[in-house]
Amino acid sequence: MKHLLSVADLDRATALEILDTAARMNMLQDREVKKLPPLRGRTIVNLFFEDSTRTRSSFEIAGKWLSADVINVSAKGSSVSKGESLRDTALTVAAMGVDALVVRHSASGAAARIAGWVDCHVVNAGDGTHEHPTQALLDAYTLRQRLGDFEDRHVAIVGDITHSRVARSNVLLLHNLGARVTLVGPPTLLPSGVAGWPCDVSWDLDAVLSGKAGGDVDAVMMLRVQRERMSGGYFPSEREYAIGYGLSPERLDLLGEHAPVLHPGPMNRGLEISSAAADGDRSVVLSQVKAGVSVRMAVLFRLLAGSSAEVVL
Amino acid sequence: MPSRAQAAAPVLTAADVARVTDRIAHQIIENVARQRFDAVLMGIPTRGVPLAERLADRIRTFAGATIPVGSLDITLYRDDLRLRGARPIAQTREPDGGVDGRLVILVDDVLCSGRSCRAALDALTELGRPRAVQLAALVDRGHRELPIRADYVGKNLPTSPEQSVRVLLQEHDGEDAVYVLEDES
Repeated sequence: MKHLLSVADLDRATALEILDTAARMNMLQDREVKKLPPLRGRTIVNLFFEDSTRTRSSFEIAGKWLSADVINVSAKGSSVSKGESLRDTALTVAAMGVDALVVRHSASGAAARIAGWVDCHVVNAGDGTHEHPTQALLDAYTLRQRLGDFEDRHVAIVGDITHSRVARSNVLLLHNLGARVTLVGPPTLLPSGVAGWPCDVSWDLDAVLSGKAGGDVDAVMMLRVQRERMSGGYFPSEREYAIGYGLSPERLDLLGEHAPVLHPGPMNRGLEISSAAADGDRSVVLSQVKAGVSVRMAVLFRLLAGSSAEVVL
Repeated sequence: MPSRAQAAAPVLTAADVARVTDRIAHQIIENVARQRFDAVLMGIPTRGVPLAERLADRIRTFAGATIPVGSLDITLYRDDLRLRGARPIAQTREPDGGVDGRLVILVDDVLCSGRSCRAALDALTELGRPRAVQLAALVDRGHRELPIRADYVGKNLPTSPEQSVRVLLQEHDGEDAVYVLEDES
């Protein structure tokens, strides 16, 4: 595996191996000295053309804990704002001798394009409305921690599916791992072609959460309403959205006792998720963030640990 | 296990493995009894871990002393990681009471180049500062590439570099035996 551009790059065995490795990496969180040596002398550049707090810092920490040198390049304050093209920026950074580019871009397919131009490894850290593979892996990691396994588990993914790369990656990965996914959202926020995805689709959140449509739900993942990608008109008002699709305290009670609540963040409190749900016992939002570091360590380790072998052999 | 392993006669049978383990346990007891058994056994995965458990069990039987057992993954510290690429990582488990200020006895199945042991010493540094570190190996087959020696050796097996040594343990392989296999490829 040279790049991680889509969760479709991962077969079930590889995905599980990454989750296993992440579980081992997780022990580092409890150590006094948070440093492992395997990527010593490797250079990773976080090439972020879009705003990000958790993904970028999580990749940075993951790289540093594995002893790689990590540099952040963001579009603001870089040559991109002077009008440099994506290709020129990528080639320029890669020419400095980096071993991996971690790419976030607002255009779907950006990371895959860059992977075709440069020689180094490329990790997709979110491309437009397409995919966000490491987010799906960390969600799977969190679900595995809570549920034990994936076989026949039922996960509801709720909200703005159209603009969500997180939903897309999660549907593919969870399906691949043996879980069952139901997407829930208003018809305007369900992408065209969703019928072809390996999942069920519903407009009725209450029916899904209470198990009346599609059986008991083992976990629910709330998605952020991505106002920055909307040009208006997807729903009448935020209040109406919250009433129809927000995870209110009442809806929380419909869920099974042990079903965890996930959210990839950043959360719009009061819109897609109430504070009662975000801060309650079932919320695993901070576990997800913690898992993010371990999962990204596992991904970087897998891509980079042996990469010189490809050159030598 | 490869079928060619079963074809040849084992150099150590199940009874030999048991005897050798008992002897190492006695040697450890002799060594640590004076320090009131203030020692820990750290198995190097995969087969060093059950060996360490067995040694602790024998020491409990022979001397009535409990020596904590841990495991120490060395994958991330290997010097051939770049050449051989990413591989699954095994579990590191600190023994009860940690390693600080205690005698740590590393346990591995085969001692050869000494590179695993070097990696283990690095990995151990991350867990704390032991009073001293020793090495126990079921089989020492020579061909050292680093200035490392074992403090407890079950069996010295002079081999040629082309041969390989395969240790089988009940816990992983369903039987106890040690085989010498011709040609590594």
